[in-house]
Amino acid sequence: MFLAFNTYPLVKALDISVRDWSVLPDAPSPFVGIKHYREALEDPIFWVALRNTGLYALVTVPGQVALGLLVALGLNQITRLRTLLRTLYYLPVVTSWVVVSLVFKFIFAGDAGLANVLLRDRLGVIPEYVSWLTQPVTALLVVMLLGTWKGIGWTMIIFLAGLQGIPHELLEAAALDGAGRWQRFRHITLPLLRPATLFVLVMLLIGAFNVFISIYLLTGGKPLHQTEVLLTYMYQQAFDFLEFSYGAAISYMLAAIVFALSLVQLRVLRRPALA
Amino acid sequence: MSALERLLLYAALGVGAGLAVIPLWYMVTVALQPKIFILEAPSSLLPSAITLDNFVKAWTENDFQRYFINSLVVALATTALSTALSAMAAYGFARYRFRGKEILFGVVLVSLMVPAIMLIIPQFIVAKSLGTLNSLQGLVVVYVALSFALNTFLLRGFMEELPRELEEAIFVDGGTPLTAFRHVVLPLAQPALATVAVFTFLFSWDEFTWALTSLNRQELRTLPIAIATFQSAHQTEWSLVFAASLIAVVPVIAAFVLGQRFFIRGLASSGVKG
Repeated sequence: MFLAFNTYPLVKALDISVRDWSVLPDAPSPFVGIKHYREALEDPIFWVALRNTGLYALVTVPGQVALGLLVALGLNQITRLRTLLRTLYYLPVVTSWVVVSLVFKFIFAGDAGLANVLLRDRLGVIPEYVSWLTQPVTALLVVMLLGTWKGIGWTMIIFLAGLQGIPHELLEAAALDGAGRWQRFRHITLPLLRPATLFVLVMLLIGAFNVFISIYLLTGGKPLHQTEVLLTYMYQQAFDFLEFSYGAAISYMLAAIVFALSLVQLRVLRRPALA
Repeated sequence: MSALERLLLYAALGVGAGLAVIPLWYMVTVALQPKIFILEAPSSLLPSAITLDNFVKAWTENDFQRYFINSLVVALATTALSTALSAMAAYGFARYRFRGKEILFGVVLVSLMVPAIMLIIPQFIVAKSLGTLNSLQGLVVVYVALSFALNTFLLRGFMEELPRELEEAIFVDGGTPLTAFRHVVLPLAQPALATVAVFTFLFSWDEFTWALTSLNRQELRTLPIAIATFQSAHQTEWSLVFAASLIAVVPVIAAFVLGQRFFIRGLASSGVKG
């Protein structure tokens, strides 16, 4: 079962991507080589989708790492209320993507959504109501905000576990030797968090390139494909236009990028800390 | 740390937690408020009046209960099957040498790194040729396959750490590997099994993309699909949408919060991502 729905599809996807796959049973699916890959490289929407996916990763991954680490460092210092606060930070993580996407859709609704009311009527930061989800730039910002917000709790948990594995003696000894708070963080905590950081980065990057549900529900790639990411575009090609081969080619390129980036991260971060 | 610093730290953490929860809080506010259309969205974070009508309506109308049961059946079946199968596979990987073990485990590892949605096109084609599209069983099969690799990986790690002596004692007393698995390994692995089970349940309860792709028949919908479709069909009935969402989300959150003492450890050591 695992082989049929996991390993076999992996190989099958490659096969589909180099043919003109026919959705009709028994119709021939001729071999066309790299035609669909070339098609993608010449397709402006593919590049928009790739750019948006890259931007999403570039913003949400560091955002989740930095904020998650910050919260973990804070929670690690306190004892009272820690469980409660940790739970609150973790709530977005266990809430389904569909539900949080709808909540954000409502908050950032074009007219009197909560975001507009707060930002214009209450705080006066923006002069007019913004139609957040129908303009490419603001729509992408909202999606990135959603992605970061939902992921901080997860990053926090991993870092918190890493922090609790750091022996107190080490930090106390450094303090006795006159190391300041920043120095202790920089030279003890951060290097010892390296395995956790590596794990978090690899997982978040894979996650970022997997962004789908939020875009699908918030913008559907509109207007004019300007907010498309690779997977929404792949999905549309495959299941709206039945261009299975083109879709498979897009997903293979996506996988290649993710794989390459993960390898780079492993390489760079595995280097022993500079003494 | 001085008292002032401590105070500031608590204040900062409190504000952060507030920001983390506000969107969810707002959802509750909207769901509790009497019928609201988007044009008159509440701009306050407290409901002006409280009613449970939306919950009653969400629960009793639009076939919601059917979708709830669909989701429950699929999630329970996936959890049971996936946990059982991956526990057996993990035990095999952790304790036994057999030909092709390295290759097989390599296959498991590689599939951990492949984004699941990338497989959706070939999965669709496989499911179509097997005739398992448009069935809840078909959904379970794919969910088990999708969760199997991670679960096996996590459980193998845990089982490898278990002391071998107990199993050896069973063998000395004439027990078979099956006895050892049932009476030693499974009881000892309970914390790991519980973690794996909870996250498999969470995954299959929330899964959207494959359900969206493989189910066309309305009566088979699971909750995420039902909620998303309802929202796009009734653009304005947000209070109903959120009441339905909360009914779908709250059981999962409650289970998580109640069991978190237990899970956080397993989660942190394993790194399951929600």
